[in-house]
Amino acid sequence: MAQDLSHLVLNSPEMAKSRQLPRILMILAVVLLGGVFLFPLWQINLDAAQFPGGLDLNIWIDRFSGAEGDDNIIQNVNILNHYIGMQYIEPDSIPEHKYFSIIAYIMMGLGLLAAVINKKWGYATWFIIMGILSILAVYDFYLWLYDYGHNLDPKAPIKLEGMTYMPPLFGEKDLLNFYVKSYPHWGTILMTLSIVFSFFAFLKSPKKLRR
Amino acid sequence: MIAVSVMLFLGSCDQRDTKSVVTGDAASQVYVAPGEYDEFYCFMSGGFSGHVTVYGLPSGRLFKEIPVFSVYPENGYGYSEETKAMFNTSYGFVPWDDSHHVELSQTDGEFDGRWLFINGNNTPRIARIDLTTFETVEILEIPDVAGLHCSPFITENSEYLVSGTRFSTPIPNQDVPIDSYKENFIGLINYVKLNNETGEMSLDFQIEMPGFNYDLARNGKGKSHGWSFLTTYNSEQAHTLLEVNASQNDKDLLAIVNWQKAVEYMEQGKFTERTTSYYHNLVDHSTGIAESTEMTKTRILHPKDCPDMVYFIPVPKSPHGVDIDPTGEYIVGNGKLSADMTVYSFDKLMAAIEAKDFADEIDGIPVINYESGVHGILLKPGLGPLHTEFDGKGSAYTTFFISSEVVKWDVEKLEILDRQGSYYSPGHLVIPGGETKKPYGKYLVTMNKITKDRFLPTGPELCHSAQLFDISGDKMKLLLDFPTKAEPHYAQALPASKIKPNSKKFFKLEDNKHPYAALGEGQARVERDGKDVHVYMTAIRSHMAPDNIEGVKMGDNVYFHLTNLEQDWDVPHGFAVQGAATAELLVMPGQTRTLLWQPIKPGVFAFYCTDFCSALHQEMSGYIRVSPADSDVPLKWGLDDEMKTAEVKK
Repeated sequence: MAQDLSHLVLNSPEMAKSRQLPRILMILAVVLLGGVFLFPLWQINLDAAQFPGGLDLNIWIDRFSGAEGDDNIIQNVNILNHYIGMQYIEPDSIPEHKYFSIIAYIMMGLGLLAAVINKKWGYATWFIIMGILSILAVYDFYLWLYDYGHNLDPKAPIKLEGMTYMPPLFGEKDLLNFYVKSYPHWGTILMTLSIVFSFFAFLKSPKKLRR
Repeated sequence: MIAVSVMLFLGSCDQRDTKSVVTGDAASQVYVAPGEYDEFYCFMSGGFSGHVTVYGLPSGRLFKEIPVFSVYPENGYGYSEETKAMFNTSYGFVPWDDSHHVELSQTDGEFDGRWLFINGNNTPRIARIDLTTFETVEILEIPDVAGLHCSPFITENSEYLVSGTRFSTPIPNQDVPIDSYKENFIGLINYVKLNNETGEMSLDFQIEMPGFNYDLARNGKGKSHGWSFLTTYNSEQAHTLLEVNASQNDKDLLAIVNWQKAVEYMEQGKFTERTTSYYHNLVDHSTGIAESTEMTKTRILHPKDCPDMVYFIPVPKSPHGVDIDPTGEYIVGNGKLSADMTVYSFDKLMAAIEAKDFADEIDGIPVINYESGVHGILLKPGLGPLHTEFDGKGSAYTTFFISSEVVKWDVEKLEILDRQGSYYSPGHLVIPGGETKKPYGKYLVTMNKITKDRFLPTGPELCHSAQLFDISGDKMKLLLDFPTKAEPHYAQALPASKIKPNSKKFFKLEDNKHPYAALGEGQARVERDGKDVHVYMTAIRSHMAPDNIEGVKMGDNVYFHLTNLEQDWDVPHGFAVQGAATAELLVMPGQTRTLLWQPIKPGVFAFYCTDFCSALHQEMSGYIRVSPADSDVPLKWGLDDEMKTAEVKK
């Protein structure tokens, strides 16, 4: 139906091409968003003398993982954390790991819908929702990190006055014997690109034609 | 007489300064910088320790002692319920042996880094070590032999391990006069078949042989694949004062076995079966538990009934090693009391067999004419040749025990190329891959039998000494002395890259099928079954669960089943309990090990982790309370003041 409409409105080939560009950009944005299922969103690397190469904790949209071949990263991080009274990371108890995927699928569906509709308002809406969701997700991640770093067991074997153990959200930091590096991983980078592409879809989408 | 002549020789030997031979940049050649790795793994037998030790080359650093035939309280091997069965033999539980010859598994005549085999001399056994875990996983007893020195020697695709009896005995063993040796004593050559997938050993057949002493062996490779070569001494068949009476014949015999032919005879059913007893002890890799099976039948081939299977050829006086060059053509017989060394040609041996060029026959076994099989004689290379290895570049290296040196010589041309003193009295020597089709001719290590003044003295008992030579050039160059544990006889070495990538870091907990494993702290518990109390205990940094146990009574058998819940590299936990008259346990991550503890008096006894595991290792401990037999203290256990109560099994 959309094609029929464009045929009526746009009669030159150049016009038809430029009419398709935002749609292509939006479809690419959806494909890039799919990257959140293929790559971790964030990576925290814990480096200490006893751990050659450091421990990698990869945070995915729906799970955790370690470096290649390391299936035990959560247990090993928990063992380290219990000395200073940090809570156990229990993957099953993190609700975001369940509903973030659903949100991502919905956003991919809405993105395709926006491409089908191919209207400026559609791209704008998608861009704004996705942007807000991303900021919320990073804020949510920050809250988790804050909670893990500050909500310490009063019976912890090692207690240092005034010391908290929140890993950096973005950047590097010394935490006792560990040097902690925390940076976005490919999942987040692709998601950001997806948002950028949707913004360009919005930009390249022609203004409403006044007849 | 020989002893006297040896003394005379040593006395008159040139008094060279044994300290001045190191030249140039030897130190940098053996220096492995912190954080870097050695180029080769070297596995040395432990001799009278019954163990295997693992060294790095060229540094000579000791990495590990692998317990094999001797119990090892250091980690509970032979004391834990899982490993006790490894020591079962037809002689009962035998906690010690004398281990001599290591043998790495091969594929296409090259070391493949999968398994390591080693013999037990005194109670004839062969063990298999898994090189992913560096643990002994199988021990097979060999029946009706004595002193399994001539063992285990592998074929080029790890089809078989050949071995021979060092001391012939009556078969079946029985009460006969010792001086009836010649009529009653029989030798055996044994073929142990290997499963190519699992490495599992099974005794396939034994060949009944004249009652000589079978000393060492090798299997052919390349063109000579399919044949085994075994040295014999005491062809005089002496039974007393062997040092003299077994040293009378000018030549002893080299046994040559066509084992592929023997396998054909087995398939044709040309064997007899004998009832005997021997044990096969195997670790189940899913539970980590060793189980023993008593075997009662052995299958025997008789050379008389099986033509073209076994031959002899004379070999100069009392040979020790027999070694085959990388091409499989040249077979070196090291006649230890002979002044010369004989090199046989496989092609000539085959031609002589084809032409039936025989001089004699012993018990139905043809004796090939000596001259017909000989490639040539290496004249006066030194005194007391014992063992030979090869560099893959046409040279052989032989140790000379009496003249205390290593001699490099050209196998084809039979020319001596170089000689270097080795201090003192080298026995075996090893070149990485030096007995295979593909030697890595860079280093040579001699294992010296006499140490004397090489290191700081440690009282009357000294360590043994090994010496590392650089053999990459024309002349051998001494690089390093290093001490070794117990008495290494043979060693084998291979590039680290063949083992390092496969080395297991820990056992996966999800694969642990031990019947008494507690795979999580929630499963930690204590169960009573009559007089047996089973403690399903877990260990994780830095506590054991349960760590308080009550309700154990005098007369109980307490089984501590400790499961290490860690899933990370290099986090073993140990377990020791006061009053244990046995040993400790070392438990690797993901593994379960069991210690039987029988309390000797009422009271409260501490247990603790023995392997410094973490910053709170010292806190990793607990108590077990023992009450009098008639006490009514209920069975309780707990962690962190949450005591649970037992359900008593009927």
